[in-house]
Amino acid sequence: MNKEKRDRLYAILCTCLTIVFIGVMLFMATDLPHLGLATNPDINEVPEFYVEEGPEETGALNAVTAMILHYRAFDTLGESCVLFVAAISVFILLRIDGNASNDTIVAIDRRYEPVNDPILSKTFLILVPAVFMFGIYITMNGHLSPGGGFSGGAILAAGLLLYLNAYGLANTERFMTSKLYRRVTALALCFYAAAKGYTFYMGANGLETFEKAGVPGRILSAGLILPLNVCVAIVVAMTIYSMYIMIRKGGFNK
Amino acid sequence: MSYFFADLPEYTAMILFGIGLSILMLAKNLVKKIIGLNIMDTSVFLFLAAKGYVENTVAPIVTPEELGHIDSALYSNPVPAGLVLTGIVVSVSVTAVLLSLVVRLNEEFHTLDIDEIIHILRKRDREDLK
Repeated sequence: MNKEKRDRLYAILCTCLTIVFIGVMLFMATDLPHLGLATNPDINEVPEFYVEEGPEETGALNAVTAMILHYRAFDTLGESCVLFVAAISVFILLRIDGNASNDTIVAIDRRYEPVNDPILSKTFLILVPAVFMFGIYITMNGHLSPGGGFSGGAILAAGLLLYLNAYGLANTERFMTSKLYRRVTALALCFYAAAKGYTFYMGANGLETFEKAGVPGRILSAGLILPLNVCVAIVVAMTIYSMYIMIRKGGFNK
Repeated sequence: MSYFFADLPEYTAMILFGIGLSILMLAKNLVKKIIGLNIMDTSVFLFLAAKGYVENTVAPIVTPEELGHIDSALYSNPVPAGLVLTGIVVSVSVTAVLLSLVVRLNEEFHTLDIDEIIHILRKRDREDLK
């Protein structure tokens, strides 16, 4: 059997398999509980507890934030560490050799992006501060409204990428260097781990913590949830930015 | 049939999962394979997020006045939202690592076609044997 025939047979088999798979899944989906009913088995005592006790016990009005940054805070720490480890793996895979000269990196930079393009620069001059402010707003209000560290951090990273694409790598690297990335991310993760370790240790021993500090509904409330949200946002923004810069340009210059 | 439109997100998620799987199996371009994997991820997020919805309820964010007498029947399920968050983070990390591997493969073989890469590797093996 020659190669074209084999390829066609493989494509036909794959298509048939996929159609059978989708059919089986759709058939099974008809047996699942219908969406949106309050009598479904997933509406049990667990979400009831999170919604009714979460805001009372933590001071965060957003029950999802109360859940992920208080009851399951170590899960979120694990997520942040997954991001950090992924960024480190990308670093290791894409590192440019130390002897590659600075000129080649600048040349690669200029080939792919319009540096000092007037339309882009002027547009982003207006857009970038608004994007940053929106990201900070979402991060800081994570315990009061929809949002939180992950979504706010992603928006901050989008602002950084806009800045990078409008003004080029040389301007961005005045403040975003690999040293800053490593230090800030490690510091944020360590602070997160220490803060949650402290709360769990004190709570397990029945000691008083500043867990519920502040009046619910204010920005400075819900105790540790706001600083933890900021830590997560820093890790997410830095990681997405560095992943982009590694895949696009092969690494930080500095 | 009366529940068909209510359950539409579930069916859409199943079909999207199948589409992603077929792209993963059929596409020869490695970047397209990663896109297929992302479509599969997205279908799972859609399924989970749809499961968290309860009719005639709002997002689980209470007002300060309600503290002390919160009625959980007014709010939708917060647990799937947390699960989807974990899934999104893992999906982003996996995509980044896969893309960097693709960048390295492209530097080595100057192609993104998986068949061509295997072909080149086999040719190298044969030359090594001689």
